[in-house]
Amino acid sequence: MTAAFGKDLLGLESLTGDQIRLILDTAEPFKEISERAIKKVPALRGSTIVNLFFENSTRTRISFEFAEKRLSADTVNVSAAGSSVSKGETLVDTARNLEAMRIDMVVIRHSASGAAQFLAERIQSNVINAGDGTHEHPTQGLLDILTLRDRFGDLKGRRVCICGDILHSRVARSNIWGLTKLGAEVAVCGPRSLLPNAIDELGVRIFDRIEEAIEWAEALNVLRLQFERMTAGYIPSAREYNRVFGISRERLDRAKRDVLILHPGPMNRGVEIDSDVADGPHSVILDQVTNGVAVRMAVLYLLAGGKPELAEAAKGGSARGRESGDRE
Amino acid sequence: MTTKTTTVLDARAVERTLKRMSVEIVELNRGTDNLIIVGIQRRGVQLADRLVRMIEGGEGVTVPQGSLDITLYRDDLQTVGPRPVVGPTYLPWELDGKHIVIVDDVLYTGRTVRAALDELADFGRPAAISLAVLIDRGGRELPIHADVIGKKIDVGQGERVDVLVAEVDERTEVVIVPKSAA
Repeated sequence: MTAAFGKDLLGLESLTGDQIRLILDTAEPFKEISERAIKKVPALRGSTIVNLFFENSTRTRISFEFAEKRLSADTVNVSAAGSSVSKGETLVDTARNLEAMRIDMVVIRHSASGAAQFLAERIQSNVINAGDGTHEHPTQGLLDILTLRDRFGDLKGRRVCICGDILHSRVARSNIWGLTKLGAEVAVCGPRSLLPNAIDELGVRIFDRIEEAIEWAEALNVLRLQFERMTAGYIPSAREYNRVFGISRERLDRAKRDVLILHPGPMNRGVEIDSDVADGPHSVILDQVTNGVAVRMAVLYLLAGGKPELAEAAKGGSARGRESGDRE
Repeated sequence: MTTKTTTVLDARAVERTLKRMSVEIVELNRGTDNLIIVGIQRRGVQLADRLVRMIEGGEGVTVPQGSLDITLYRDDLQTVGPRPVVGPTYLPWELDGKHIVIVDDVLYTGRTVRAALDELADFGRPAAISLAVLIDRGGRELPIHADVIGKKIDVGQGERVDVLVAEVDERTEVVIVPKSAA
């Protein structure tokens, strides 16, 4: 018996709709744990998890760390600055050395697309991709989808538009894969210079004008303009971007219906999103953050269980002690 | 080993047994003050629900009722793997100083109850915790006993006791089935 989706979580592209639903369903009861006075359950007691962050992160790293701690795992944080990475050690050497200290899981964020998969193929520990370059950020995609599902229920036929810097966004890719697998209709909207070539091959609709996107969509996932990844002049200026593509109260007020507003953070207020929208009644931006912990707990829990060799050993041993039979 | 399913209690017998258990729970607690009934997911929840309604019928008092999913407190995640879906835990009261009666369908090894005790300890410090089970099938692996028992039966290792409740299974009965039939 292996975990419900293999050894690692590298992206949503390789998962089926049922696997995504399993993670979301598993995340549901984990929400309640974070509301308890004692926010901790013993499910991962004794597991050691390394958070290997080669890129800056506040939200994702802290969210993973809370998720790990609330499941009682022991955690170590390694960031590129101040570690041997700054002395030139390769990714694999770093990971192999960590593995020699007997760890169970690695959560990795890296600026290179494919870094998580590269690592997963070379170490035995479970690997969770916390964002690799412009490829995928699966747990962000899952928490966005969970937040949408909280509001909409079944996502089949629901219309979600991802706005802004699609080109540099791993969040966009994970959202597109995940949402389309659950039957949602997905669109993207942004300046053509920030849309990847052949994006329509992922089965998404393209809007060039934000007004059209708002008219069409039931939810907007507003992405951050990733100035740090922009190596050329993709947009004339942040101010012009805001004028043409920014999500403002006036633009939303013109729409026929209320549009749900998501943003993966960190926000550039006044650039891709205006403050009165981010803090407005239809914003679920903070719900996304709350859901992030629950989704990551679910992923950790599902990956941690079911080591096949242990299951074999247990079968040969005494009764495992399932109370009323093996109903589940 | 038996090869076919045997019915231990039918729907009416389950109802009678629960009725007696509800009286015994009130006796054990010397009334309904400070009593909280907590069902263990899944079938324990429906049984707890019925017990609460029976106590209500007999005593005219609706005692608080909670539910507990002990999945995350199990000691076999590494061996058995994750349960597909974890059920909700609902314990919105201050537990300190209360008498908690845990309700489960079948008491076997005692490991579920052990996990439930651990989980309750994370919610507070009850004055006392008791255990009520519909079926005690023996085979304990831990020093745990039930305070209120519906029926005691001897069941071999090769057999399984299934408690079916109408709310989940469309009919109510207790059956012994050979494990190979699962």
